[in-house]
Amino acid sequence: MSKEKNEELVDNELQKVVGEEVVKKTIVTNKRLKLSLTIFFTVISIVYVLPVVFVLINSFKLNTFVKTDTFKIPRGEMFAKFANYTKGVTFGNYPFIKSVAYSFLITVLSTTLILIFTSMAAWYIARVNNIICKIIYYLFVFSMVVPFQMVMFTLARTADSMHLNTPFTIPIIYLGFGAGLASFMFVGFVRSIPLEIEEAAAIDGCGAVRTYFQVVFPMLQPTLISVGILEIMWIWNDYLLPYLSLDRTKYMTIPIHIQYLQGSYGTVDLGAMMALITISIVPVIIFYLICQKHIIKGVAAGAVKG
Amino acid sequence: MKKNRKAQKAMNVNSPLLQRSIGKWWPLFLLPIMVAFSIGFLYPFFSGFYLSMCKFTTTSDAEYIGFENYTKAFHDPTFVHAFWYTALFAITSLVIINLIAFFVAYALTMEIKGTNIFRTVFFMPNLIGGIVLGYIWSMIFNGVLLKYNTNILMKQKYGFWGLIILICWQQIGYMMIIYIAGLQAIPEDIKEAAKIDGAGRVKTLTHITLPNIMPSITICVFLTLTNGFKLFDQNLALTGGMPYEFKLNPDGTASIVKQTEMLALNIYNTFYGQSATARGVAQAKAVMFFVLVAVISIVQLVVTRSREVQQ
Repeated sequence: MSKEKNEELVDNELQKVVGEEVVKKTIVTNKRLKLSLTIFFTVISIVYVLPVVFVLINSFKLNTFVKTDTFKIPRGEMFAKFANYTKGVTFGNYPFIKSVAYSFLITVLSTTLILIFTSMAAWYIARVNNIICKIIYYLFVFSMVVPFQMVMFTLARTADSMHLNTPFTIPIIYLGFGAGLASFMFVGFVRSIPLEIEEAAAIDGCGAVRTYFQVVFPMLQPTLISVGILEIMWIWNDYLLPYLSLDRTKYMTIPIHIQYLQGSYGTVDLGAMMALITISIVPVIIFYLICQKHIIKGVAAGAVKG
Repeated sequence: MKKNRKAQKAMNVNSPLLQRSIGKWWPLFLLPIMVAFSIGFLYPFFSGFYLSMCKFTTTSDAEYIGFENYTKAFHDPTFVHAFWYTALFAITSLVIINLIAFFVAYALTMEIKGTNIFRTVFFMPNLIGGIVLGYIWSMIFNGVLLKYNTNILMKQKYGFWGLIILICWQQIGYMMIIYIAGLQAIPEDIKEAAKIDGAGRVKTLTHITLPNIMPSITICVFLTLTNGFKLFDQNLALTGGMPYEFKLNPDGTASIVKQTEMLALNIYNTFYGQSATARGVAQAKAVMFFVLVAVISIVQLVVTRSREVQQ
């Protein structure tokens, strides 16, 4: 064996060892980085939910202490039991439960209307696709970029004069103003459905109405969920549209009610307000935790397409 | 993406069989939504345009006066102030939200423990409405500022940074989701190839990751920008435009400029403020506001399209 060859071998061995060590090192640093990231994000997550925790804490605190001891846990003289809740729901001259019921009613009715009618229109637009359909489609797309302030005054007047100012009729306004995004998303989805399925149905003697409701509508399910969630989140939290359109002497929604407490009483009872906020966000958070996957997917779909 | 579009077009060849049988059903499929769309959008939109050139207090007593409302709006110091304040706010929030959201998304796609929980937590504030958000944070800010014997309504900078914190808390989770979707769509083999070629973490980020998620970046940047310009509920609930400042106009009159009032709130206050005679001016402001938002959207469309062609 020559000396040269031997040296080469040693060299190779050495390289291998060094290489392994480098790999080991990167794995170790990676592990360390990942662990420290987990710790970091755990801390941030706790900070992130703190605002909601403070709302909850302060809803059990006597009003005078909410301002002075915002971040303390209610104990002893600060503790209000459920006084804020009983006070909050009967505050002012409008029972809070009515606002909750109207919010619920408006959200459910409007979302249902939007889902049914925009998906029908979208199918018609995508399949017939003549010049009128194209014009309507571009009008829908156009309506998506118009901010509410542009139409709010005339819309409120129209709602008033056409008696669309009750929780039972305001869904028509939501259907009209919210038609843009929903139709846009449905048209995009319908265009990706192969024509052959519907053609087969037509050859089998299915009319347009039956084809739509028995063949097409079930296939729309993923988009129905995405659009439904977007509309629910929008309408449930919407303030200005119902504030301007509804007959406020008779009807309020949750956001209107909370704003009204702040606006009409010079010094608002903060404890009662936090109790009402707790009542209004608990159902939302439960809803979120149950259908979290769909919500995140729906929101992402809406953003990417809008 | 381009391929997708082509495939879609190819698939979308009209089927005469369907077209004929569906066509006659327009009263069922199109009529209901068109009636609602006319009431909820078309009529308010076009009559809004017309009213911006009128003097009116209600829609029935409108009287055509040309572009007078627009010149008045331009000379309104509150409107000019609201415009610059909103622009500054929108750009600041755009930068902060996107930087943080991107790095959170980047870290959460590194397969660390607890990713799902973190994602759930960061997205949660999105479900809370603007008015409620405003009151939650006004309680928190006032609790902190009380220690310095002040509150959020006292200074413009408190209101500005308060709203920035609020909007970050609300929107970082949303943008994070879009960035995560973009990051997960990058093919693994490209990253692996970069690794084999000896690219480090930083180089992979700047040369592989960033160019590949440009579509997500475009979406998020424009989304935060338009959100910033259109912000209303949070602005109303957190400060409502406070504090006020008196400003002397060149013609000798004084006007009250609300220091933290943004464009949407300014338009609202002009419509429903003390003087009903200013409604024409308010509608003119609303039209300009619409043009501004529409221009941003058109720029976004152009940018997105040009990217698609390049790819």
